[in-house]
Amino acid sequence: MKLNYRIVIFALAITFGVVFSIPSLLQTEGGKKITLGLDLQGGLHMLLGVKTEEATKSRIKSITASIKHFSERNDILIDGLTFDEGTIKFEVLDSDEIAKVQEYLKEIDGAVVSLNNQIISVSLSPEEIEKTKKLAIDQAIETIRNRLDQFGLSEPVVAKQGEEKILVELAGIKTQEEEQRARELISRAAKLELMAVDEDRAARVYNMSASDAAAYGDVILEDAKNPEVKYLVREIPILDGGMLTNANVGFDQNNRPVINFKLNAEGAEIFGDFTGKSVGKRLAIVLDGKVYSAPNINERIGGGSGQISGNYTVLEAKDLAIALRSGALLAPIYLMEKRSVGPSLGADSIKASLIALIGGFVLVIIFMVIYYRAAGVIANIALIANLFLLLAVMSLFGATLTLPGMAGIVLTVGMAVDANVIISERIRELIREGKSMHKAIEDGYANAMSAILDANITTLIASVVLYAYGTGAIKGFAITMSIGILASMLTAILGTHGIYQMLESKMMKSKNYKFWFGIKGQ
Amino acid sequence: MEFFKYTRPFNFMGKSKFAAVISIVLILASYALLATKGLNYGVDFAGGTIVQVKYDTTAPIDEMRKKLEGNEVFANASITEFGSPDEVVIRLKTTTGSVTTDIGDLTREALKGTGNYEVRRVDIVGPKVGNELREKGIMAMLLAIAGILIYVAFRFEWRFAVASIFALIHDVSIALGAVSLSGIDVNLDVLAALLTLLGYSLNDTIIVFDRIREGIETSKKTVLAEIINESVTRTLARTTLTSLTTFFVVLTLFLFGGEIIHPFAFTLLVGIIVGTYSSIFVASPVLMWFGFSVQNYHEKLAQKAKREAEKNRMREQFESGVM
Repeated sequence: MKLNYRIVIFALAITFGVVFSIPSLLQTEGGKKITLGLDLQGGLHMLLGVKTEEATKSRIKSITASIKHFSERNDILIDGLTFDEGTIKFEVLDSDEIAKVQEYLKEIDGAVVSLNNQIISVSLSPEEIEKTKKLAIDQAIETIRNRLDQFGLSEPVVAKQGEEKILVELAGIKTQEEEQRARELISRAAKLELMAVDEDRAARVYNMSASDAAAYGDVILEDAKNPEVKYLVREIPILDGGMLTNANVGFDQNNRPVINFKLNAEGAEIFGDFTGKSVGKRLAIVLDGKVYSAPNINERIGGGSGQISGNYTVLEAKDLAIALRSGALLAPIYLMEKRSVGPSLGADSIKASLIALIGGFVLVIIFMVIYYRAAGVIANIALIANLFLLLAVMSLFGATLTLPGMAGIVLTVGMAVDANVIISERIRELIREGKSMHKAIEDGYANAMSAILDANITTLIASVVLYAYGTGAIKGFAITMSIGILASMLTAILGTHGIYQMLESKMMKSKNYKFWFGIKGQ
Repeated sequence: MEFFKYTRPFNFMGKSKFAAVISIVLILASYALLATKGLNYGVDFAGGTIVQVKYDTTAPIDEMRKKLEGNEVFANASITEFGSPDEVVIRLKTTTGSVTTDIGDLTREALKGTGNYEVRRVDIVGPKVGNELREKGIMAMLLAIAGILIYVAFRFEWRFAVASIFALIHDVSIALGAVSLSGIDVNLDVLAALLTLLGYSLNDTIIVFDRIREGIETSKKTVLAEIINESVTRTLARTTLTSLTTFFVVLTLFLFGGEIIHPFAFTLLVGIIVGTYSSIFVASPVLMWFGFSVQNYHEKLAQKAKREAEKNRMREQFESGVM
């Protein structure tokens, strides 16, 4: 027996393969492991879209609210402040103040201001609209990530996909209830608005239509718990959730859960101003378009903190606080794709593909030994080494093993012996031509090389394209295929060659071709 | 053991006309099937909803139908057995865009009282996503073919590339025909199988081509058909053995891999058979019909060798300072 560089590299590769696949195989505590895809361990995969046009609308609304506050604070009389989907309009009554208003409007990013007979219209520039839309998506990703981080799942995936889609993957969701809760948490807009109740007309709210209300600059909102109860509130909110800095679950005097929130300095100032001059009136606390409570304002509330009460359970209050704390969604999201797999189905899939893997593996191994004898055994060693290497590389990359990925491994088993079949056939051919064992092996490898390389490279090209263009599961398949091909180059070509070289003196002495390559000698 | 011991070349090319007839008939039949029956696009590409439900005992399909009938959400739902009598799949053409109202919950609600069951899988693919997946799938297929074509043209000769593309189209067409005939749902995994088939079929073809190229370069024969016969015969053992080992594995996957992997395994199973056949009977004759000339190739090789020699001579002269 003789050591050669090939066998040394092969031995290193096997050691590497075994060492780094142990954590995945034995599921030990430490070490990098292959993660199981959602289809194998169960979980929730969602592709979400963002209704970005809503973000622009709410931006316009928010600018309107700040114009209102600005004019009130500076005692500038304005009239007919209205907004629609794209523009805000108002009239400045005192023409001397126009310059001051324009000065203020200039500070608003991307606002396009035009003046016509003391009527000012404000809209957003196309670039600003684009920016707002993009911001809505980025912010939605950030918000959803924050919320899920606090939900208590291990490693939720929230990522941008394409230009305007959000990918959410939650592994380890065990029950439908958990899934439901996660979905609600993700989709909750958590848009908090504090709105003034229109006390002058509030009594007439049940006889009003939405357009009647709009004529007064009001909207009709339902109570969160009891849709029969309606409120008439001013359309332009006093402030919105953007000025919220914190939200926590607390308990009121009756020990019912409430949510305490805090506002930033600007919000606190606006809130203080408003409550100061609206004593005796009601303030509606509106969340996602529903009124949670409408307490009477008894005095000026400084310090910028407030409370939302309602009949929630502690868990509901907790999720609501998480949603508020992690910020509102600038625009609502909708479902584009959803795949949820129950844990029992995942377990079944693993079982089925393991049976297929082991079954196919055993068949191939037996076949190779019967057909090629010692050469078959050597090819099988390479095949096993290949599997270990594949697992090790996948573990190191933290790759995800999916069901198609399992199929990829199964297929690798079938194709990994290919290189050895080609080589063994070449060697047999040369032996039949009467070449010496040494020459047959060396030439056999040399002759087979170009075919193996060409074949593997083309398969690799197909796998890379699959990886680049595939989604989720298909990517998993492409990864296992590519790694399997690369590993087989190392094991099936280099490794087996090394073994032959090591055993050469023995093979030369034996002259028993039947034993070594399963053919009859001359 | 030796199944295929090379003694003399089989006359494969002599049977190429017969093979061509079979191939053309199969391809035409496949296209006819695709045109009339079409492909049964699953939710991945067509969009829609799938709910997989597993019962403790045999699924009461009739009772389920009755329960779902009145429900607006499940209008036009199809309920079919999935792999075993206790597992069923409910298919809907529609999807919901709302994140909070879930079709899985609705199904559980609707099926109340039909026994002990578990909702194991809910797949919803919106129409926009479905379209995108389909476009991407076709794109991936075309790109893979283009990449392979360039590589083969670069490594061999353009006629080899054309011939391998013929073989590829042949294999994919027939595999698609089989998919259409069987009526299985065409989902992403079937696409993956088709792409694997591309790689696999090409593998086979290239190994034969490699031998043909070697034959052209070393053999004293000048008739291409003879060289092809000899090369194909010499690679026959490898072609059959590898196909056999891969076939074993995919067959076990097909038999024991469970219902979900079925479409994938089925497509591959057909693909392996067709791919093996095409690397012997389709790719090489095409090479012949495209007028590949051994003499020309030899001349080209000789010229190339001459240029190389000339270059080397110049370099030597330059290095020894003669120039």
